Amino acid sequence: MDIGLSHYLTVAAVLFTMGVMGIILNRKNIIIILMSVELILLSVNINLVSFSSFLGDLTGQVFSLFILTVAAAEAAIGLAILVTYFRNRGSIAVEDINMMKG
Amino acid sequence: MTMAAAFFYLFSTVMIASAFMVIAARNPVHSVLFLILAFVNASGLFILLGAEFLAMILVVVYVGAVAVLFLFVVMMLDVDFAELKQGFLQYLPVGVLIGAVVLLELVLVVGGWQTAPAALATGGVPINLALSNTAQLGNVIYTKYVFLFEASSLVLLTAMIGAIVLTLRHKPDVKRQDIAAQNARTPADAVDMKTNVPSRAGI
Repeated sequence: MDIGLSHYLTVAAVLFTMGVMGIILNRKNIIIILMSVELILLSVNINLVSFSSFLGDLTGQVFSLFILTVAAAEAAIGLAILVTYFRNRGSIAVEDINMMKG
Repeated sequence: MTMAAAFFYLFSTVMIASAFMVIAARNPVHSVLFLILAFVNASGLFILLGAEFLAMILVVVYVGAVAVLFLFVVMMLDVDFAELKQGFLQYLPVGVLIGAVVLLELVLVVGGWQTAPAALATGGVPINLALSNTAQLGNVIYTKYVFLFEASSLVLLTAMIGAIVLTLRHKPDVKRQDIAAQNARTPADAVDMKTNVPSRAGI
């Protein structure tokens, strides 16, 4: 059986679902939620690169590169906010983060 | 089964299993290590797709920088992680339900995917097999997408400044070097010449 575009898209869909489930299931640990966001961005990257490869267009890889940049920035800012929050409150439980009453 | 298909199944199976372990592991350090494994396998998939530059960048940026950042933060925070796992089962039904719905919808979309031939002809940058993947990306990034490239560098700059501003703190009781005060010192106020000190009397 030949590996086609839909194989890669299915793998990316499963990975995306893993990320979404990680966000829903972890109500206590924000670090795991940040890692789940990274998984979701990785699945988006896999989608873009597989479309780029199978349709013969380089644009997908360029945008995947930019998504990589944004993901790195997001991880840095998110972890910095997390460290500051832990310094102020002494906890990283998701349920305790309600200072803004959003 | 060809070699490429075997490697596709190997990489994707290990990647999905380690993604599951990221959200299921009890210890966050293990979660970070499984995240690294998932990224390495994703870069293997990228190599199978012919995107060598992105595969290497994925290893360098994620395994080299982001995952190490996560590891630092996990080890720096003094949290009782066993207590953090409570309530996992409480949200399991709704989590599995939402996950199943998302997966079903995504697979339905993917299964019915067809690309219109007319859409392929519009714009885009066709892959030129005479050049290497890195050379092609370089040709495109610095010409057609140069503004996006500059914008992403600005995003990184903002992230760097933001992270420094957020985490830097000045402790008031720590002695620090004051360079202006050091440079303003003159011999007149630093050295005091005592005259007529009696011998063996001290000051």
